Amino acid sequence: MKKIAVLQALTLSAGLLAALPAFALDGTLKKIKDSSAVTMGVRESSGGLSFTLGDGKFAGFHVELCQRALADIQKQLGLTKLDIKYQPVTSQNRIPLVQNGTVDIECGSTTNNVARQKDVAFADTTYVEEVRIAVKANSGITSIAQLNGKNVATTTGTTSVQHLRKHERAAGVKFNEVYGKDHADSFLLLESDRADAFVMDGQILAGNIAKSKNPAAFKIVGEVLSVEPIAIMVRKGDPAFKKAVDDSLQALMKSGEIAKIYDKWFMQPIPPTNTRIGLPASEATKAAWAHPNDKPMEDYAKK
Amino acid sequence: MATWDWQVFCKDTIDGKIVPGCFGGSGDTTYLDWLLSAWGWTLSVSLLALLVALALGALMGILRTTPHRGLVLLGNAWTELFRNIPLLVQIFLWYHVVPALIPPLRGVPSFILVVLGLGLFTSARISEQVRAGIQSLAGGQRMAGLAMGFTLPQTYRYVLLPMAFRIIIPPLTSESMNIIKNSSVAFAVSISELTLFALQAQEETSRGIEVYLAVTGLYFISAFAINRAMLFVENRMRVPGMIGGGT
Repeated sequence: MKKIAVLQALTLSAGLLAALPAFALDGTLKKIKDSSAVTMGVRESSGGLSFTLGDGKFAGFHVELCQRALADIQKQLGLTKLDIKYQPVTSQNRIPLVQNGTVDIECGSTTNNVARQKDVAFADTTYVEEVRIAVKANSGITSIAQLNGKNVATTTGTTSVQHLRKHERAAGVKFNEVYGKDHADSFLLLESDRADAFVMDGQILAGNIAKSKNPAAFKIVGEVLSVEPIAIMVRKGDPAFKKAVDDSLQALMKSGEIAKIYDKWFMQPIPPTNTRIGLPASEATKAAWAHPNDKPMEDYAKK
Repeated sequence: MATWDWQVFCKDTIDGKIVPGCFGGSGDTTYLDWLLSAWGWTLSVSLLALLVALALGALMGILRTTPHRGLVLLGNAWTELFRNIPLLVQIFLWYHVVPALIPPLRGVPSFILVVLGLGLFTSARISEQVRAGIQSLAGGQRMAGLAMGFTLPQTYRYVLLPMAFRIIIPPLTSESMNIIKNSSVAFAVSISELTLFALQAQEETSRGIEVYLAVTGLYFISAFAINRAMLFVENRMRVPGMIGGGT
């Protein structure tokens, strides 16, 4: 008799548990539950954060974090199967695609800033990017002040150009900006001496140097030009989904698991060419893991 | 649909503050200043490339219709070479590959390289049109010119080309408009023209729709101005009673 009561109580509570989220579900979580599918926005080549292995496969630090978060969400929703579709996005279309629902969660290299927060929401910062200067090792350049009158390369359609302009005015130096159409192209400008320096996100510089013919010929020097929190992007006005992603990320941060995942993508050889990016987690990145937050770039600049 | 914000063009490119009057002046640059300078680059690249293309295209087109096999071969080879390689690839060849092979070219500014690249690409297309124009004339005209005692160059100058060029004004108009649009590849070699402005400004301001609309408008105005100018030329050059001369 007692056994049956326990069983009944169990089934009742199980039923309640299953019914409760179904009541509260809306937005992206409901969409995922209803379709058993989710679309992840990924990048073709964003350094170790998100890149293609060819053949429609994608990998990287942020891609793995998203896969872990989605696995947690799958468990939470009680889905036996969750079909993850990968949708490559670019700097130009990533925000519209998240807004219009084509992409549910963007796992690339998007800077969290105030302007973008008007259109989309960001999960807790998982990576803090530092904009640095790469030069030829034998050039003798060690700081931005020495770039006076030099050709400085950067990539079209990135925020680095703006930082460069700000520093140009602040430091009272004048240099020629040359623009590569993508990071590989900008690096080629440096390699072929058309540019004396390449200003870009540290991990992209490190990645390009690691992949070059002669990595020892280049080095990353000088002051940090800008600090940018890079985060996973989700739709605005969907706090339940953001919380689900954040909870999952915070668990990884608390357990220290995130450092291991970082190590896997930034310190170990990675496919497809099995080269190492070789960029240890910066102090700012470690601070973001220790105190999870979704503060925009502007808050980093204040301190 | 989010509301439009055309004020974005009045913002300073460094601190993003709205500048009264929209024009920066004294060291500051607004996005409007930048847009206009980008338009200037687009027009400079296009018009200079058009000059290169018209000169070389006409020359190669003429060579292909001469009775000399060597010259015909040269004209044909030229046309096929530049017509069969994609434009963007040609621009990269000029920018990255050619200077690696010929070191003195390293000092040449990318502006000149892109004018050459775009000009040579378009010259192949113009050469084809010039050849077609000349070949559309009845064969008797060339013979008549030579029979009158004109030398071959004189026959071209006074008999064939005046008619051939009138005939090909419409396709030349299209080609001249194309060169404005094709000049957008210059962004790939760091010319800060309209396309580069669009890519960069929309990233900095997050107002992609306004930026792309403005850039689209300027491309349209530029190409349409060329169209009107060529129509004017076409009307001025019209000879009643001649092929393509209208009535």
